[in-house]
Amino acid sequence: MAAITVARKPLTFAERTYLPQILGGLRTTLRHLVRRKQTLEYPEERPAIPPGYRGVPTLVRDPHGREKCVSCQLCEFVCPPKAIRITPGAVPADSGRDHIEKAPQAFTIDMLRCIYCGFCQEVCPEEAIFLQNQFSLSGYSRAELVHDKARLYELGGTLPDAHYKWDRKLAAATAPGRAH
Amino acid sequence: MVDLWFQLPPLVQGLLKGLAVIGVIFPIAGLCSMAERKVAAWVQDRPGPNRAIVPWVAWVPLLGRFLQRLGLFHVLADGGKMLFKEDSLPGHVNKFYFVLAPILAMIPALTTVTTVPFGAYLDGAGALVPLGLGPLDLGILAVFAVSSLGVYSLVLAGWASNSKYPFLGSVRASAQLISYELSMALSVLPVFLWINAPGREGTLSLARAVEFQSGSWQGGLTPGWGGAWFGFLMPLSAFIFLVALFAETNRTPFDTIESESDLVGSFHTEYGAFKWGLFFVAEYAHMVVGSGVFILLFGGGWNPLPWVPLADLVGWLHHLTGAAWAVAPLFVGALSIVIFLTKVLLMIFFFMMIRWTVPRFRYDQVMKLGWQKLLPLAIANLIFYAVAIAWIQP
Repeated sequence: MAAITVARKPLTFAERTYLPQILGGLRTTLRHLVRRKQTLEYPEERPAIPPGYRGVPTLVRDPHGREKCVSCQLCEFVCPPKAIRITPGAVPADSGRDHIEKAPQAFTIDMLRCIYCGFCQEVCPEEAIFLQNQFSLSGYSRAELVHDKARLYELGGTLPDAHYKWDRKLAAATAPGRAH
Repeated sequence: MVDLWFQLPPLVQGLLKGLAVIGVIFPIAGLCSMAERKVAAWVQDRPGPNRAIVPWVAWVPLLGRFLQRLGLFHVLADGGKMLFKEDSLPGHVNKFYFVLAPILAMIPALTTVTTVPFGAYLDGAGALVPLGLGPLDLGILAVFAVSSLGVYSLVLAGWASNSKYPFLGSVRASAQLISYELSMALSVLPVFLWINAPGREGTLSLARAVEFQSGSWQGGLTPGWGGAWFGFLMPLSAFIFLVALFAETNRTPFDTIESESDLVGSFHTEYGAFKWGLFFVAEYAHMVVGSGVFILLFGGGWNPLPWVPLADLVGWLHHLTGAAWAVAPLFVGALSIVIFLTKVLLMIFFFMMIRWTVPRFRYDQVMKLGWQKLLPLAIANLIFYAVAIAWIQP
């Protein structure tokens, strides 16, 4: 590629005095002086969270208020910083949901280790763990920042469910003549 | 009340006037620091400091909120912090001179105020009497002599700090201030050449400069020389003085002295708390006094508009309202001070706008501009006006 030599234009007298440039600069700064402010006054004004935002990981319930996690521990295995710890437990036999077999007895996410990668959400076969919109997390102690199950459900709340997977499994299993 | 004032011994009068002026200069310096932060924020599209509030002011419905948004109480918070912070004294400094330097910075900054007239009133005969702490005939000479002492405090601070960056900064400070002192003095000479007409008693007084600029429109198409402010008659002088003023007060684009990016904080790197605060206030006091001198020499002093002197304005007010208070010395004095302070604050606002408009010059550019551009320009300007004035005033 041939180099193209561009002759540099000599500065005019007005340019060498700096003054027109300074006046032009003053015009710009004066215009900014009265322009709409670009910043948010944070605690009162909150930024708009874009869809797909990865905030604090949470556990969610289905619209009937039922626990979705079945403690398969996939998220625990996939978690790169090993922030998730799950103690699996059994679903009580007389709860009407014993065909799910397992539910987490304890579920903790150490937020001091979490890197907000979202792998847990991606890997979850039950759509039970979501990284939602909360971006501001603080605490007074290390222990406070290890979220237990109750805290995770409190943060997560309820999300709409398109499948009701376990209801359909139960219906399929108990339908007359369709039993496997 | 006026009689009672004049019956006081001169020493008490002087003391009271001095305290009153210091009581005005300090809040102005504080407010300027706040204005600096606010202007900086606005230029950068931010709202700026707007949270601090004193509880009982917060109870005032609209005003309290307005003052809070204006960030007025951050001045108190900043000042309080500066006072009660630990005043550290590093182990490696020369203690005596280290403590002396900020005090030395304050002394010239406040002393120059005594020589600057800041208003005027009409006496019984209708003549303007300038208001000021010391009506010195030395005027501008005293201002230059005392304000240039300020550089010693910077040199002393840099040397006593016994550390690399403060030392470099103070060396720069001495070089820069010496370079621009010269052009500044030369740029002012034409003004005094003009006002010292042959046959008059010679004077360097700033009040006389304002008096000269207080001519009114004589009618007809040719306005009198006197009504035009020197800024219009001698734009080049005013420009050189202004540039030199920026350099003398260490403001951008000439703040190579305390350039944070290459010298940390220069001479005040090792200072903190109240000692640092003294440097800070001294800098703003310099700015206020420097702007004041500029306004007196080139901006018409306490005259509201070119060709509209204070006496005319007061006359119109008296004519319109027909009230006696319009010509009372107290009212005229207060009016002139308000006009003068407004102009000074506008100048300071201009200083701040320039700070956020023009990037800092390199040190070699500062030297080159001072010695190779400004100084020859100032000399040429002086010669031109000397010839022109000799031609105009036979």
